[in-house]
Amino acid sequence: MIDSIGWFFIVLGIIFFLSGTIALIRFPDMFTRMHALTKADNLGLGFVAAGLALQAGSVFIALKLLLIWLIIMLASASVSHLIARTARKTIREQKDST
Amino acid sequence: MPDSHLFAALILLATVTAGLVRIFIGTGRVEWLLALQLLGTSAVAVVLLLAHGMQMPGLRDLALLIGLLASILAVAFVRYSGIDSNQAQDRR
Repeated sequence: MIDSIGWFFIVLGIIFFLSGTIALIRFPDMFTRMHALTKADNLGLGFVAAGLALQAGSVFIALKLLLIWLIIMLASASVSHLIARTARKTIREQKDST
Repeated sequence: MPDSHLFAALILLATVTAGLVRIFIGTGRVEWLLALQLLGTSAVAVVLLLAHGMQMPGLRDLALLIGLLASILAVAFVRYSGIDSNQAQDRR
């Protein structure tokens, strides 16, 4: 039973990853793409980690998966802010030079 | 059961590969960074699935490492690639 719930979460996570990829290819400009990518992907990773944690059958491994997710989310959030800031600055400089 | 985990990892890998198309149709360096972010996050998920599917607990540490390295790579890229020209001048 728990195994099936775990699979449900994993499949949900894969669907989120898929939507993130489609968004990265289809969305019109840089900031919308970044928005889709950072949220959908981290949520997908969270669902996959949650599903695996349910299937792992050990509290230690589940906590480790949770920790991995939290650290990746923290790192990814800071990097997205960095990318967004430099992207905005680049666009402004291009506007100034034209 | 382990086989289905490998299959899930394979689907995820195919998804990432499709995402890398963005590099070819992209317009600039920021696109590369976004594709790198996608690659990093998805690689973590793939390696976690493999860790469970192949019964190799050590791969979980590898997943953590991949995620952190992807972020550090993005930071280094922003800092030293000349996207951020103001900071590059400060450095000199």
